[in-house]
Amino acid sequence: MSVLAAAADTSAQLGTGEAVVFWILGPIALAGALGMVLSRNAVHSALWLVTTMLSLGVFYVVQSAPFLGAVQIIVYTGAIMILFLFVLMLVGRDSSDSVVETLRGQRVAGTLLGIGFAGLVGAGIARATQDIPAGGFPDDRGGLANVPAIAELLFTRYLLAFEVTSALLITAAVGAMVLAHIEREPGSRQSQKDRSRARFLTDRPQTLPGPGVFARGNSVAKPALLPDGRPAEDSLATAIEPAEVEQMPRPTGREQLGSPDAALGTLDPAPSPIPGRPGSGGTHR
Amino acid sequence: MTLTNYLVLAAILFTIGAVGVLVRRNAIVMFMCVELMLNSVNLTLVTFARASGTVDGQIMAFFVMVVAAAEVVVGLAIIMSIYRTRRSASVDDVNLLKY
Repeated sequence: MSVLAAAADTSAQLGTGEAVVFWILGPIALAGALGMVLSRNAVHSALWLVTTMLSLGVFYVVQSAPFLGAVQIIVYTGAIMILFLFVLMLVGRDSSDSVVETLRGQRVAGTLLGIGFAGLVGAGIARATQDIPAGGFPDDRGGLANVPAIAELLFTRYLLAFEVTSALLITAAVGAMVLAHIEREPGSRQSQKDRSRARFLTDRPQTLPGPGVFARGNSVAKPALLPDGRPAEDSLATAIEPAEVEQMPRPTGREQLGSPDAALGTLDPAPSPIPGRPGSGGTHR
Repeated sequence: MTLTNYLVLAAILFTIGAVGVLVRRNAIVMFMCVELMLNSVNLTLVTFARASGTVDGQIMAFFVMVVAAAEVVVGLAIIMSIYRTRRSASVDDVNLLKY
C-alpha cells in the first residue's frame, strides 16, 4: 500500500511535456491506424502501421517503460513489419483488395459496429478511470530502475512463463519451416539441359529485353523500345501494371515464364508450361 | 491530460483494428489489423502498470509481444502456403471449408 499511498499524493494531472508528446503523437498514431485500414494498397497499409507502432513505442518510453519502448521498436517495427513487407513482396501487388463486397452492407455494418464499440468502451473507460492517480515508479525513492526491475520479476516470479516462451518460439520457427517448405518429388526437377532444350524449341531462345532499354526512362514500369519505336511488351514484369491497359493480356512475356512466382514455387509437380506459347498457364493478372 | 487519455486512445486504436478485420479482405491486411489490436492492448497494459507503480503490467506486455512474434511467423507462413495453392491472398477465395 505504500506505493499507492505515495502515488496518491501526486495529482492525476500529468506533466506538460508529456501532454505535448501525447497530443502530437496521439493523432499521428490514429492517422496511421486509419490509413492502414483505408489504404487500398497493402504495402501502404504496412507503412501506416509502422507509423502507429513507432508512436506507440514513444508512448511506452514516456510512460517510464523504456525497455518496452526499445523492444517495441526493435521487435515490432524492426522484425515483424519487415516480415510483413517481405511476404507482401513475395505475394505481389496483385493482392490488393477488390472493391466488390461479397456480403452486402458488410462495410457499413462493420463501421457502425466499430463506432458503437468505440463509444461504449471509450466512455466506460473515461468514466471509470477519471480520477486514477498518475502514479509512477518509485525509482527515485530508492527502488530499482526499469530494466533491473523487469529482469528481477521475469527471472523469479515469471520464470516458468519465460521458459515456456522459449518452447513457443521454437515451435513457431519449426511450424513456419514446415508450412513454407515445398516438397518436390525426387526426379521431378528439370535439369539445366532440359530447360535449355525446351527454351530453344520456342521461337524465342534469347533472354527477354530488360525494361526501360532505349526508352526515355529507366523505370521498371516503362517498356523497352523496339528498333522501330514500338514498345516491347514482353520487357515488363507481370506484377507491374503497364502504362497502357490495352496491352494486356500479353501472349509472350515473363508471365508465362513465371519469373515473379518462381521464388514462391508451386505445388503441382508438373513441369512449367513451355514459354512463348499463347494461352498456356498464367491465369493471374 | 490524465492517464485516461492513453486508455481512450488505446480503445480507439483497438476499435480501428477490429473494424479493419471486419472490413478488409486481404489476409495480410487483416493480420496487420490484429497486430494493431495487440499493440493497443499493450498500451493499456503499460498505462495500468504505471498507474499501479509495479512492472507486472510491463511484463505482461512483453509476453504479448513474444506471442505476437510467434503468431506472425506462423500466420504469414500459412498465408504464403494458401497463396501458393490459390494464387490469391484474399480471404474470400479460401472457402473450401465452407460446405
